Amino acid sequence: MPSSASRIFDPAAERLEPEKRRTLQLERLQTQLRRLYDGSHYYGEKMRAVGVRPQDIRGLEDLARLPFTEKEDLRRQYPYGAMTVPLADVVRLQASTGTTGRPIMVGYTRTDLEIWTQTVARILVAGGLSCDDIVQIAFGYGLFTGGFGLHQGAERVGATVIPVSSGNSERQVALMRDLGVTALVCTPSYALCLAEELERQGITKSDLRLRLGFFGGEFWSEIMRKQIQSRLGLLATDNYGLSEVMGPGVSGECLRQDGMHIAEDHFLCEVVDPETGDSLPDEAEGELVFTTLTRQASPVIRYRTRDRSRILTEPCPCGRTTRRMAKVTGRADDMLIIRGVNVFPSQVETVLLAFSEIRPHYELVVSRDGAMDQLEVRVEADGGLFSDRMGEMAALRDRLQRRLDSVLGLRVRLTLLEPGSLERVPGKARRVRDLRVW
Amino acid sequence: MTVRQISVFIENRAGRLEMIARLLGDAGINIRALSLADTSDFGILRLIVNRPADAEAMLRRHGFTLRMTEVVAVEVPDVPGGLAGVLSLLAAHQINVEYMYAFVEKTADKAVLVFRFNDSARAMDVLRGAGIRLLGEADILTK
Repeated sequence: MPSSASRIFDPAAERLEPEKRRTLQLERLQTQLRRLYDGSHYYGEKMRAVGVRPQDIRGLEDLARLPFTEKEDLRRQYPYGAMTVPLADVVRLQASTGTTGRPIMVGYTRTDLEIWTQTVARILVAGGLSCDDIVQIAFGYGLFTGGFGLHQGAERVGATVIPVSSGNSERQVALMRDLGVTALVCTPSYALCLAEELERQGITKSDLRLRLGFFGGEFWSEIMRKQIQSRLGLLATDNYGLSEVMGPGVSGECLRQDGMHIAEDHFLCEVVDPETGDSLPDEAEGELVFTTLTRQASPVIRYRTRDRSRILTEPCPCGRTTRRMAKVTGRADDMLIIRGVNVFPSQVETVLLAFSEIRPHYELVVSRDGAMDQLEVRVEADGGLFSDRMGEMAALRDRLQRRLDSVLGLRVRLTLLEPGSLERVPGKARRVRDLRVW
Repeated sequence: MTVRQISVFIENRAGRLEMIARLLGDAGINIRALSLADTSDFGILRLIVNRPADAEAMLRRHGFTLRMTEVVAVEVPDVPGGLAGVLSLLAAHQINVEYMYAFVEKTADKAVLVFRFNDSARAMDVLRGAGIRLLGEADILTK
């Protein structure tokens, strides 16, 4: 196990005196707002709509005067509406995962990529990574920011990077053993899946050189952490990020495993009451809200993540002076994260409505089969969802299955039910049953 | 000349078939013929009953998903080869059978074949042309 007094990737930023950091944040915020007020149609309009000018923001406490940015706002700006630099300056596009129809496209200038790379390098070094490590990246490489984000950061640290991408557990395990992998990067549930594959192949911890794991992209509990650590024989740290803000690297744990250090010089973090939107003090649990301070192509002002957490202020013995985020405990909306993919019940509803004129009764049941999360969509067969011909019925079921798989971006189990099988509750229907134990 | 059939969606779990049978029995509706097609998780129950409209209304009231379909009922002698004769006639005219089932009349040495065709009109022409007797609701629902 690495000693808890690990290196710090960027001591000047990560050990900056809190007071100086706040000054830096304010300067960057004001610069950003001035640029957006005049230069961005989208954010300029938003600020004018509530009558706030950049010069009205005189201190960080004035942040609450700025309007929120919602996921839906950004989706409506698809594809380029929320970008604030000419496309000629954008060198990369990524997108948020698993959303209906239009994803949220985010752009990166060269400077954005550089900062992103640095913030990921910070959390990797915080979690113990060094140039002597061999890193297996089992996040998907694609529009999802996980793969490329961790890849860039690990290269920056100087580690040996294996871009395996996600899937094909058998091959993952073979590479892990043959190449002497020392650090694993993936979702926590995939880490457990790989642990199962190792056990299936009769490979034990002593056949491997694993020592570190960097897991993110979904919620996981301390119980899951203990399991992963003991089954894979590594020290597992949590990290957090989302493409709307930057990608992975927004925050990550150090070897103390006690809260994720936020890259506060680039991302201003608030916690608000999810119902009222009122700012909450540090240590109080609520919804995380981020404002980017340096992002050029796709900045966000007070972006509501819907992730529930709280800010920890007690100084960390590791020497970093940043505030930290506690593990995310859930969602402030009905979004589910299943195998790293974001799923909204409304997506299921949209698919069902295309099959039936009447509003269908349905529910989503999420469970964990071994290490892998399973999503079952239970639909009452009614109206357009019934035929007296078995062939037609089976074809209908298959079409619905394929449509759900492709819209949600993951394999679901579809079950047709008799009408009336699902509980009817007055008011808001209960659409989701999450049976997973965290 | 067709007969009304009620198709009901049922989940493959214990007691569902019994529930429908009991509801029909309690309402004094007699089941003349039935067939059940099933997959691993759901089934389609097809029923011919003596009071189709009442049965439909009653089952709907109990929340079942169902559909009323017109099917073709033909009478054949209840002897070996009775079914084969009709099927070979249909095959010779390239008429596809979506599904079928049969029941036997107690009073006569006759069997009744119930067919769902994709082209009922043409199927009925072919059957009539071969001198096969088509049954109407009056013929089979009078019990």
